[in-house]
Amino acid sequence: MKFREAVESGKFLVTTEVAPPKGTDVGHVLADAEIVQDRVDAVNVTDLQSSVMRMGSMAVCHMLVDKGIDPIYQVTCRDRNRLGLQSDLLSAWALGIHNVLSLTGDHPTMGDHPRAKPVFDLDSVALLKTIDILNSGYDMAGNELQGRPDFFGGAVVNPGADNEAALDLQVRKLAKKVEAGAKFIQTQGVYDLDLFEKFMRRIEGFNVKVLGGIILLKSVGMARYMNKNVAGVFVPESLIQELKAAENKKEASIHIAIRLVEGMKDLCDGVHIMALGWEKKIPQILDAAKL
Amino acid sequence: MIVADKKDLDEIMKMIEPYEKILIAGCNTCVTFCSAGGPEEVDELAEAIVAGNKSKTVETASVPRQCSSRFVERLSGGVEEVDAVLSMACGNGVQAVAERFPDKPVFPALNTQFIGVRKEPGVWTENCVACGDCILWRTGGICPVTRCAKSLLNGACGGASNGMCEISKNRPCAWQEIYEALKRLDQLQYLDMDVQVKDWPLKPGRMTREDLREEGAQ
Repeated sequence: MKFREAVESGKFLVTTEVAPPKGTDVGHVLADAEIVQDRVDAVNVTDLQSSVMRMGSMAVCHMLVDKGIDPIYQVTCRDRNRLGLQSDLLSAWALGIHNVLSLTGDHPTMGDHPRAKPVFDLDSVALLKTIDILNSGYDMAGNELQGRPDFFGGAVVNPGADNEAALDLQVRKLAKKVEAGAKFIQTQGVYDLDLFEKFMRRIEGFNVKVLGGIILLKSVGMARYMNKNVAGVFVPESLIQELKAAENKKEASIHIAIRLVEGMKDLCDGVHIMALGWEKKIPQILDAAKL
Repeated sequence: MIVADKKDLDEIMKMIEPYEKILIAGCNTCVTFCSAGGPEEVDELAEAIVAGNKSKTVETASVPRQCSSRFVERLSGGVEEVDAVLSMACGNGVQAVAERFPDKPVFPALNTQFIGVRKEPGVWTENCVACGDCILWRTGGICPVTRCAKSLLNGACGGASNGMCEISKNRPCAWQEIYEALKRLDQLQYLDMDVQVKDWPLKPGRMTREDLREEGAQ
């Protein structure tokens, strides 16, 4: 079943993501995708995440298509203006890529080429609208296309925004994203299910499928690092202590992930698991959560 | 005003190295208010250059604005007498002087930073990028084109933490500032306007006002 059909079927969705390599060696990335191939509805391919220069998302998405995996092409607005974005979208469609995740993108300052000129000609909302326009057979300038795509567009939200202004801004922007054509939402990593439940209640009635983000907690150091440096990610102290006290840290981490997946089954429409190299653990998590 | 910063003396000495007689030209408007290129800074730089290299002869002159050809003209007597000019104006002034005196080397003594306001003594912030289509009426008087690091028009990204932008802990998230301003003004509905896409202005800018051209011709 293609991702779009899975979303429309109403089943509980499972997606994961892989990152293209820094260089030309794609062996590792494709191997990671193969591990989860039969267990997930789609695999996201990140677009220079954290503004670190690497191979592009489109090439890896195309390789996944060749392997029979339905990719979600992540597209940020950081590096291309409206000409580049529209052109890449048409290219992606021609290569069999049918799902697009629209993101603003991190600022170049966050990455390994910090003084690169940021583009941000469009933002995540305008890009969703652009996808919708391309789907209708036109470009942003109103010119007719010879052959139109039929992208399935999605977006992201940060349910862990750390104050009321930031959270209300997220909710209002999410409404704009849905109105602009987003059919699915993948969230930033969630560790506090109570907070997530509150967020889900706040967006009740939004006509969109929500996949809760789960980042596998690989170590205490990683948890503390994310709490300090990753906007919207908050690992509660209780989880950090649980991991700290565990004899088998890997097992403890997987148990935490299983609890999050199970908790999300009652709260939203799916999970987006970010394994960060622990792709081998995903089947075990899904088995335990009966997915 | 245009905010500028002094260049390192080493860089300036390198620029003027082949030349003996130098005219330092100050500018009495923006760069005077930001203490970078007014009469005081002109005198300081003159002293520093001579202290650094006794063989240099330095003359000084300041005009009300180097970005106006009428005032640049006032430098012509001084320029004739020297081998090179060091302009302590913003980049506009340096270029206006260079254009007026095409046979003299004209060097910048400042790094022009941005159009900004003085927040407190010694601190300026960039608040306008002169984008050509002002939207401050619906953003609570705070410009997202300038003050959001990504110039986002449809609301905040998810990168802010503790109200600060992802690029730096000393830059507030412009969208959170906009949010608070709109809330205070009972204008939060402006956040939910149609999807905004900007028509970026043609650069380099050139503005023509026919009414003023006609007046000038008379």
